Amino acid sequence: MKKDIILAGVGGQGILSIATVIGEAALSSGLHIKQAEVHGMSQRGGDVQSNLRLSSEAISSDLIPTGGVDLIISLEPMEALRYLGSLSKDGWIVTSSIPYINIDNYPDTEELSSHLKALPHVITLDVEELARQAQAPAQASNMVLLGAAANVLGIDYDKMRAAVTKVFSRKGEEVVSKNLAALDAGHEYGLKHI
Amino acid sequence: MRRLLLGDEAIALSAIHSGISGVYAYPGTPSTEITEFIQQQQQSAPGSPRIFCKWCTNEKTAMEAALGMSYMGKRAMVCMKHVGMNVAADAFVNSAMTGTNGGLVVVAADDPSMHSSQNEQDSRFYGKFAMIPVFEPSSQQEAYDMVRDAFDFSEKRKIPVLLRITTRMAHSRAEVETGEERGQNGISFPDNPRQWILLPANSRVRNDRLVEEQAVFENDAALDPRNRFIPGKNKEMAVVACGIAYNYLMENYPQGSPYGILKISRYPIPGKLVDQMAGEGIKKILVLEEGQPVVEELIRGMVHSDIEIVGRLTGALPRTGELSPDCVRTALGLEPLQAHASDNIVVPRPPALCQGCGHRDMYAALNEVAAEYENSRIFSDIGCYTLGALPPFRAIHSCVDMGASITMAKGAADAGQHPSFAVIGDSTFTHSGITGLLDCVNSNANVVIIISDNLTTAMTGGQDSAGTGRLESICKGIGVDPAHIRVVVPLPKNMEEIKRTLREEVEYNGVSVVIPRRECIQTFKRHARENKKNKQ
Repeated sequence: MKKDIILAGVGGQGILSIATVIGEAALSSGLHIKQAEVHGMSQRGGDVQSNLRLSSEAISSDLIPTGGVDLIISLEPMEALRYLGSLSKDGWIVTSSIPYINIDNYPDTEELSSHLKALPHVITLDVEELARQAQAPAQASNMVLLGAAANVLGIDYDKMRAAVTKVFSRKGEEVVSKNLAALDAGHEYGLKHI
Repeated sequence: MRRLLLGDEAIALSAIHSGISGVYAYPGTPSTEITEFIQQQQQSAPGSPRIFCKWCTNEKTAMEAALGMSYMGKRAMVCMKHVGMNVAADAFVNSAMTGTNGGLVVVAADDPSMHSSQNEQDSRFYGKFAMIPVFEPSSQQEAYDMVRDAFDFSEKRKIPVLLRITTRMAHSRAEVETGEERGQNGISFPDNPRQWILLPANSRVRNDRLVEEQAVFENDAALDPRNRFIPGKNKEMAVVACGIAYNYLMENYPQGSPYGILKISRYPIPGKLVDQMAGEGIKKILVLEEGQPVVEELIRGMVHSDIEIVGRLTGALPRTGELSPDCVRTALGLEPLQAHASDNIVVPRPPALCQGCGHRDMYAALNEVAAEYENSRIFSDIGCYTLGALPPFRAIHSCVDMGASITMAKGAADAGQHPSFAVIGDSTFTHSGITGLLDCVNSNANVVIIISDNLTTAMTGGQDSAGTGRLESICKGIGVDPAHIRVVVPLPKNMEEIKRTLREEVEYNGVSVVIPRRECIQTFKRHARENKKNKQ
């Protein structure tokens, strides 16, 4: 098993919370992990990404080679496309459909969405709406996105649920159950739209 | 025990396990998390042996305090970003002359590609310059293991060790198998007290000894199993892979490299291993190293001139920027992997000051006042407020090094510039601005120094700032006229007052300090969350 993932978003959206859950699930699945994070200046409202590599074999590089990316998980639609040039020919994109517009020259959102739709393997979803439907708070939308991505992640879904439980356990039972509901909502949506 | 750790965290944990008594540092990306990890460990495990881990005012004070702890026979670590080495350089270079008593490891975190820095300088030069051995791990596991070895080496050879990492090592997570924890050293004074008094007569003796010991250090490096030559079948070429460059090489040869590999994780470069590589009858050497072409230059003098040496200097690899699996692949002559075409609908999204940040209100007022004069100049500094260079503010005219805003504003004023503003943060002011302000006072320079005080070291994530609560008294103590130390609260509702204050101080012919003070919006939110949690 080898899965090379780019997690993308805008500084402050919390891509690292997704990385933490995947990391936990991968560790409990006995996989090797490398994860290159972004800290410092680039965090402040700019584009951020993290290279997350999972493999049953030892992993050499912290960075994924161009063309080697199997999956882009993005909290923002334009940010998903930023890494398209790294995505392998049969790679997947799982992205939130909600634009984060903090720049003047943000592209036309209709056009952006049509670019995404034109790609062969894409799941776009309104993570906030799905979180609401699952009666989870907006902060749990990251877990909706992760749930959808879980369909193409190559990790046992039960391990994903266990990882969410473990990662959020110190915040109390209610937070755990809301995040699990969000994860399940995303997972279900992903299954239908894969 | 297996743990998923950042390179920084692996170094921190190993330092704890190696029995350090102190970590000395000023925050700087990508080194900050080392000290933070130790601080968190000290907080969360109150029963564990105590380690001094309070932030220092700058890298020089950090380096000197660590040297003092080493003098007392205890182990100490110093952590900084690469440019911090420039600040610590006086102490660092001379620590090779004094030598150590307790183990002393200096961690320099370089930032090739300048993700969060103003230059790409390579700290390995400092090691060579100071004649201090350099360790450079290729993986998080090696980083963990190497810190222990570095402390042992430092204590055995009585010399500091420079542990050089880069952003990708510092901020990348991998599984690390951790080892045994050992106790801290007790107090003991140095065997050779004269060595610590660098009077010329003592220094000459010590300098000769240090030069002699280089051969010993090199031999030790040759015996380190992390430095090794792995012969290859194809004798056309061999590859020198330093630090994490080794990973990019192996990424491209998952089934094993056809070429011989000289893996370097420690310097001085072992001549024996270079001879072994050259002795294979190879025609070409490709040098892969993160940062500047340090090894590529050195190795030219170590092998026969018939062997072609290629790397960053020859264009086989990009001259600047971080290495990647891709550029190494190109250098190896392999075909690129197939990928989607890029989508040009994507536009850049540069970082910006946070919404609600006090620096925004400061710049809004300053820009208006500065525009009232024909040729205002605003010299800025290193911190979040450097983002004032970008839209919508485009306010500043310089950002050079820690503290340079004040002294450059002074130099410009000396040259006849008016108005000459400096914009500096509270933490940068105490790091390296105070001495510059004293220069301003002593020559009654016509400058307006804005210390934009957000009560923290914000850019690196909100660490304690050395002068919090004492900025006015520091300025007064230096000799700034108290009537021209003005405090304002940077909020939109106070815009008129801030502008009026700035105008008055521009019109005053002398040293003015204006302190817009409001807590960083990020630490404010964090504190609000913590308060809420504590109340529950």
